[in-house]
Amino acid sequence: MVLSGAEIVIRCLQEEKVEYVFGYPGGSVLFIYDALFNQDQVRHVLVRHEQAAVHAADGFARATSKVGVALVTSGPGATNAVTGIATAYCDSIPMVIISGQVPTAAIGQDAFQEVDTVGITRPCVKHNYLVKDVRDIASTIRKAFHLARTGRPGPVLVDIPKDVSMQKCEFEYPAEVAMRSYNPVLKGHQGQIRKALQLLLEARRPMIYTGGGVVLSDAAEALTKLARALGFPITNTLMGLGGYPASDRQYLGMPGMHGTYEANMAMHYCDVLLAVGARFDDRVIGNPAHFAEEPRKIIHVDIDPSSISKRVKVDVPIVGDVNEVLHQFLQQLDASPARPEPDALAAWWKQIEEWRRRDCMKYKHSDEIIKPQFVIQKLWEVTGGDAIVTSDVGQHQMWAAQYYRFDQPRRWLNSGGLGTMGVGLPYAMGAQFAHPGKPVACVTGEASIQMCIQELSTCKQFRLPIKICNLNNRYLGMVRQWQELFHGGRYSESYMDSLPDFARLAEAYGHVGLRVEKPGDVEGALREAFGRKDDLVFLDFQVDQTENVYPMVQGGKGLTDMILSSEDL
Amino acid sequence: MRHVISLLIENESGALSRVSGLFSARGYNIESLTVAPTEDESMSRMTIVTTGSDDIIEQITKQLNKLVEVIKVVDISESAHIERELMLVKVRATGKDREEMKRMTEIFRARIIDVTDASYVIELTGNQAKLDAFIGAIGPELILETVRSGICGIGRGDRVLKL
Repeated sequence: MVLSGAEIVIRCLQEEKVEYVFGYPGGSVLFIYDALFNQDQVRHVLVRHEQAAVHAADGFARATSKVGVALVTSGPGATNAVTGIATAYCDSIPMVIISGQVPTAAIGQDAFQEVDTVGITRPCVKHNYLVKDVRDIASTIRKAFHLARTGRPGPVLVDIPKDVSMQKCEFEYPAEVAMRSYNPVLKGHQGQIRKALQLLLEARRPMIYTGGGVVLSDAAEALTKLARALGFPITNTLMGLGGYPASDRQYLGMPGMHGTYEANMAMHYCDVLLAVGARFDDRVIGNPAHFAEEPRKIIHVDIDPSSISKRVKVDVPIVGDVNEVLHQFLQQLDASPARPEPDALAAWWKQIEEWRRRDCMKYKHSDEIIKPQFVIQKLWEVTGGDAIVTSDVGQHQMWAAQYYRFDQPRRWLNSGGLGTMGVGLPYAMGAQFAHPGKPVACVTGEASIQMCIQELSTCKQFRLPIKICNLNNRYLGMVRQWQELFHGGRYSESYMDSLPDFARLAEAYGHVGLRVEKPGDVEGALREAFGRKDDLVFLDFQVDQTENVYPMVQGGKGLTDMILSSEDL
Repeated sequence: MRHVISLLIENESGALSRVSGLFSARGYNIESLTVAPTEDESMSRMTIVTTGSDDIIEQITKQLNKLVEVIKVVDISESAHIERELMLVKVRATGKDREEMKRMTEIFRARIIDVTDASYVIELTGNQAKLDAFIGAIGPELILETVRSGICGIGRGDRVLKL
């Protein structure tokens, strides 16, 4: 069948069973939008800014494990998309971004809305392509989806010049992808796994530390089985929340800069550490030299060899797909009569329980002023722990991660690697499209929400009943916290004056807005919001302005050097 | 430590900038980088001379392997190998220097490949040290211009970098 390049693009998306494309039209993609108009299999979501298109597609991918798809025009369309692409790249989210480009004859001529999109995005994509021949569109898009979802996932960009989208050729979607330069290893090395298992079974103070890789490879079930079979303590990173049920006794909470006392102490003082789909990030282990002072054997399972022995020296590296490797662990464990030494494990748990008794998550409740932590606790209660929660970046993100207990994966969507303010609302949009009947809450702050607030309009157009929980403290809270603790209380440009009345702003967009000022009204407001199944409700919580996130490990300090509350200062 | 990394990469536009971009983005050193298609024109071979601790070289190798278009990566300096670099030097060749330059060319087994009444262009191939020695022997006052290709490397004996 002879089709135009634009028609081929849409046919390829249909072949990939793409349900939603998040995008924004413009000159260079007009033919692609025309082809989109003539079919109803692939649905398009018109956002209000290209950054939100990419974030929403990213949120859709995070909530489903499918490949998110965004479509933008050349020039500013592509540059606006860059923040979204870099955000997805840092968290290894599978995405395909299709961008329009000026006609091939105009490339390099400083044409209107021309920018070197492939050049600009090169450092923040898994791979990218400029398609110069209409006959290459189908095979390139096929490769793009293959690259995005296999190996260590990531965003792949396909740049299509306008004339290429107009030209015609015979369409055939390739059934197979063969790339001699790209063959990710999926199965772990059996010998290495045997070695790792032996170390784990002989450990006196074992610890399991898992990250986003567990969520990305849909390995929560296998991980839970393994952790329970071994009876070891376990911690999930910010990206890995929900990889192991947070309400389980073996779970020690999140590790790192704002992690729990017990998780950080156990990470530091364990003798064998099993790291799975995590990358020893600076926000997780603090100072790597301090971390290396305590002797321990490290086993590291990761799909990406370059993540292994990058920040800490690893004793047993295992390259492979996390889910695959965890199943291999389970098989070997099943086949072996050996089990962990019960006395050693009991002594280790006794120590951990002692750390746990510090109750590092306690905070001073108030009847006068709303504590942000209290809002998250109530959100968890009201939703029965079953909502999809997205967040922006800052204090509210940490409180959401600390106080909403995620028992399942893909319920917690946030920008962990790049730390992009503004993702919360578009992530919630992507999640709500993916799960139309499910409660979706966007935990945000008055600063973050304003970075993509225009999307309230998109939410109205597509009737997305998202519940926005704005923890409004009239400060760039995390900046204010660092200024209080490390910059002598000089609050340079972290106070925001002239904020809008968010409840009325939401109403102006056609939504429901509620302003909540008293702790006694928090639960009622949440119940009302979640009771309104068809409405987006913007809850503007006036919270304590000076509340800080604790525990805290100062940047560059060792993991055990924790500030547990303001009393430690 | 100095390392010579050879790699095979798909001969696609932008391949070079993916590699050089990786080095600059992650703060790795490039002493020299040479690239040209192989006998199979769908592939290019690159030789990169870099320096770094063992940890950094390990990361460089892993990061290069991670690039989607990179087919194979080998650190050829890990075992016996040969390095060659081509240099063209334009020198002043007047009066008694004319004979002296010819003599130096013979000693270093170089070749004079362009002659005017005031200058020679001398072609010389060898490892880095030999080329440096030649420049040192001539002295800076007679050199008008030099151009060096950067290093090409290949493993000795049975070791072959092939698809």
